Amino acid sequence: MTMHAEAKASAAGGAPDDRPARLPALDMRTLDPPYDVPGYRSTTRRAPLQALLVLPPSTADGTGPVFGERTVGPSDHDLTCHHPDEPMGQRMSVEGRLLDTWGRPVAGQLIELWQANAAGRYQHAVDDHPAPLDPNFDGYGRCLTDGDGHYRFVTVRPGAYPWGNHPNAWRPAHLHFSVFGRAFTHRLVTQMYFPDDPLFDYDPIFRSVTSPDARAAMVARFDLRLTEPQRCLGYHFDIVVGGPAIGPAGAATGAGR
Amino acid sequence: MTPGPATAGTAAPGPAAPGPAAPGPATSGPAGGLLPTPSQTIGPFLAMGMEPLERRDVVPATTPGAVVLTGTVLDGDGVPVPDAMLELWQSGPDGRFDTGAGPDGDQPWFGRSLTDAAGRYGFTTMKPAPVALRTGEPQAPHVELLVFARGLLRPVRTRVYFPDEAAANGADPVLGAVPPERRSTLVAVAVAEGGGLTFDIRLQGAAETVFFAC
Repeated sequence: MTMHAEAKASAAGGAPDDRPARLPALDMRTLDPPYDVPGYRSTTRRAPLQALLVLPPSTADGTGPVFGERTVGPSDHDLTCHHPDEPMGQRMSVEGRLLDTWGRPVAGQLIELWQANAAGRYQHAVDDHPAPLDPNFDGYGRCLTDGDGHYRFVTVRPGAYPWGNHPNAWRPAHLHFSVFGRAFTHRLVTQMYFPDDPLFDYDPIFRSVTSPDARAAMVARFDLRLTEPQRCLGYHFDIVVGGPAIGPAGAATGAGR
Repeated sequence: MTPGPATAGTAAPGPAAPGPAAPGPATSGPAGGLLPTPSQTIGPFLAMGMEPLERRDVVPATTPGAVVLTGTVLDGDGVPVPDAMLELWQSGPDGRFDTGAGPDGDQPWFGRSLTDAAGRYGFTTMKPAPVALRTGEPQAPHVELLVFARGLLRPVRTRVYFPDEAAANGADPVLGAVPPERRSTLVAVAVAEGGGLTFDIRLQGAAETVFFAC
């Protein structure tokens, strides 16, 4: 949350009447997608149309939930081991670090993951894609980051799947990540993609992020050193939370951001 | 993290070496900070990942003073949104964010509710104490909400104020800075005596809920 003019004025003892009639409309998260993306049809009636208002700094910005060890079971990070048989598909691991925009590890925080199976089918009643469900794959897991912000999941590579957004629309393969940072306002739900997916060019959700660098930040990197011989491919994916590294002022400012 | 194309300010680390000694992500902003990972929609299948840790009861319903807060998430056509998730964050009645809601103080003042087929969500919580802005300016009691949904590429943030706090609400600096005709979108409605509070969220439309930047 950005300190803004009237909060400073107020702190300096400015009369309440100095306060502007409305908070300035300013969105610092310039790398995030906009709400209204015409190519992504579901935004049409759900994207807010009024400008966001900016709150003055409050305690809620610097605090957020912390989840204890009880939240996560010892095998919750492994999506492949909860049934008698192995799931179908390409076994893979994904690991990396949860960092803030200053590069500091975010330790002990909750990461949740869900995904389609190798055939591109979600174990969810709403998914009517005529691809097989896998009785050995539930498609969700969770973990806590360690003291260095490190996390790791073991899963299978999800398939691409069709959706009804436009004729012949297919989502690139992806994992859904839900992440808690240092503060409630750092909360992030995102999708991790795989390198060089030919569907990137046709996917309005991936393309809702316009900066090439920001798009790259959603794509995992294959890493042979994380790849286990005779076992599974390894991918590396760091996740950065905590508000803007850049903004209109071109600076990452504010303690705790 | 894939090293992005070379741009001003990019400080690509060498070969990626995961582990404690590894540098951070490849992409950095002009100020030297790391680029935040962009948000993407939670999608229609959010329940798979989010339902296991759903937490509608921030406090047990039997807690003295517990408040039931329910509402419906509506799109621009007034149609309920059945694939949304709300998360709640607040201080406790003691005004602190760092003490928990559990009997041992071990559960955060955090709630998570998915919407049902009728777009309805619900929490059982306590009214927080008033918490001042960092400037020291007092605020009326309120809870923070984030709303995620298919069709929202990033969450929307709003606040719920309490209808029985008319004087505090009237002096609240945030409500006071909201255009008067939109203020009521941030105040819950008492259903009936002892019947809890209703707070509907309208993503669009003439009565669009006031949303704040995260």
